[in-house]
Amino acid sequence: MTTQPLQFVPGSEFKRRAAKVVADPFLKKSFRGAMDFLMAKRAAQFPDPELLERQRTLAEHIRRYSLARMPQLLEQLEANLVKNGVKVHWAENSDEANAIILGICRQHDAKLMVKGKSMVSEEVELNHAMDAAGIDALESDMGEYIVQLAGEKPSHIIMPAIHKTKQDIAKLFAEKVPGVAYTEDVDALIQVGRDVLRKKFMDADIGLSGVNFAVAETGSLCLVENEGNGRMCTTVPDVHIAITGIEKVVEKLEHVVPLYGLLTRSATGQAITTYFNVITGPRREGEKDGPREMHLVLVDNGRSQAYADEQLRQTLQCIRCGACMNHCPVYTRIGGHAYGTTYPGPIGKIVSPHMMGLAATHVLPGASTLCGACGEVCPVKIPIPDLLIRLREEATHDAKPGHAPLVGQGAGKTTFASLAFKGFAFLYSRPALYRTFVWAATRFRFLTPGKQAGWTDSRTPLKPAAKSLRDLLAERENRGS
Amino acid sequence: MSARDNILGKLRAVIPGQIPVAPDEAISTHYASLPRTAKASLAQEFSEKITAWHAEVHAVPRDQWVDKVKAVLAEKQINTLLYAPATAHGKALTHAGINGLLAYDQPIEGWKQELFEGVDAAITGTRGAIAETGTMIVWPDADEPRLMSLVPPIHIALVDADTIVPTLYDAITGQNWSAGLPTNALLITGPSKTADIQQTLAYGAHGPKELIVILLTGEAAQ
Repeated sequence: MTTQPLQFVPGSEFKRRAAKVVADPFLKKSFRGAMDFLMAKRAAQFPDPELLERQRTLAEHIRRYSLARMPQLLEQLEANLVKNGVKVHWAENSDEANAIILGICRQHDAKLMVKGKSMVSEEVELNHAMDAAGIDALESDMGEYIVQLAGEKPSHIIMPAIHKTKQDIAKLFAEKVPGVAYTEDVDALIQVGRDVLRKKFMDADIGLSGVNFAVAETGSLCLVENEGNGRMCTTVPDVHIAITGIEKVVEKLEHVVPLYGLLTRSATGQAITTYFNVITGPRREGEKDGPREMHLVLVDNGRSQAYADEQLRQTLQCIRCGACMNHCPVYTRIGGHAYGTTYPGPIGKIVSPHMMGLAATHVLPGASTLCGACGEVCPVKIPIPDLLIRLREEATHDAKPGHAPLVGQGAGKTTFASLAFKGFAFLYSRPALYRTFVWAATRFRFLTPGKQAGWTDSRTPLKPAAKSLRDLLAERENRGS
Repeated sequence: MSARDNILGKLRAVIPGQIPVAPDEAISTHYASLPRTAKASLAQEFSEKITAWHAEVHAVPRDQWVDKVKAVLAEKQINTLLYAPATAHGKALTHAGINGLLAYDQPIEGWKQELFEGVDAAITGTRGAIAETGTMIVWPDADEPRLMSLVPPIHIALVDADTIVPTLYDAITGQNWSAGLPTNALLITGPSKTADIQQTLAYGAHGPKELIVILLTGEAAQ
């Protein structure tokens, strides 16, 4: 297994960052407001719960079918892309993906890359790799542009700058964009971004994009967007590089239709986006625009680990709509940055352990109330709460016999917890000992300490009841007879 | 071993469990079960929906669209109109002798800056439209290139009412897209937009700020 170059936050850091956001009334209000807005917009798109259920079942069917045939579909996709004139590359991890893209840039002596929105490029930290090689990789999605200008990372997979107010952005533009005066007018701010980026689209040597769906049968890449920057990146520069996870492949264009319909409705409550872009190869003979060279980088980066296990494979059904985070009580309170992973929220908790290993991420599956909202809104029916429980188990135990260990298997084990559970099991499986324990615990309850490890940091201390449940039931029975 | 072999090897080593049946039938059954807009109402539904997406729609009899284009150019004070001279509608525009017509007749490399900075609007045809979502199907080719519907601040699109279908599924299956896709098939629903600043909707993020749909209806004169 190759080591991952990704930066991540350790568990203690996660708690510190989460606590910081919870204590910040402005950030908390801004996330709460944004999530309420997105939840209401999504709900308005699905007035008929019975129809929604049928749509989700269909989408789940399509995703499960695509995953079950993934190796064949990837080969078919590759063959058809090659036939269409696209160069296909495979990357097992972030380093390989970055090296491939850097190689293409070097071939073209590239200085400037314009980027459409791509979470996989965030996942492999492409911008850092390009920066280190002296290539300017510029984000062109408005939200991503803002976040990059601020030197931050996206806090939401669909709305990257959701943690920023227009005042923040006004200040940022006035400071960082030459010749721009402070304005809180959103249209004026967007015009600033438009003007800056239009020049960059013209000058860029390379355009980079993500992929929402890769169609095996036709060798096509589908891109979903509202702004038009994705179209700019994939049409204006002479070279287009697309990067995507291997799980994005579907068999036919028809299979995309129900998924696309659910993606936009679940994500931002839109029935459709402004642009749906089906790209089937570079510029053809006689055409007057479009890139003359096109590449696709297929990235594994831990996805094959999830694929190997029938339950964990469901993680790969995801179409990256972000509805799970919009509806998550934890995400809403701590925001996207606290997680320290590229993908925040519920989907981040179940996908990041495969990308980064459990050693770096074991605390994340635990950061959930298991309320089930994420699973209920998931358009492709990923049982996120079940997968959280499964990953908690894998994080704190050795692999079950006959199962290959996950990367970082058992990394969350602590001596204290395993001793506590061993003691608990010992006590609760011996009736005489258990009765003695309960007798003592109820009599000497005044001895329970006021400070109990981490528990009492933000909660009242636990104290045994004066009477055990068994005693209470016995009393009730006596009264009744 | 290459990365490709390693990845495919790992995936192939997995026993896939029960493989679900192909979803094709489930998809077609699903779309067949939904209420369908009557043919006579498709143009109206399309028109209402795309208007809601911030497009401006002008319905005109099929033989009067050139006059409508002239009126739009005057109203919007469009001085340079990018067009595709080799298309049927392009020929009609050339014939009509409209002022300020600019032909997209050379590769982008030769005039990138002019395209980005010196064009007020572009006019393109469409392959059809979708009523359910108010969406145009745009099918760029050598004659009518991709950037026409993207770079100029105003996009004028000709939509023939007879080419409107109820859903995207109808379009993809009915027109058998998979048999011959262009380099870049497009669905366009309104002008370019973003809500990336505090969920406030703003138009003209990177593409056109205005989308003007000229909807051709009724019998052709000739």
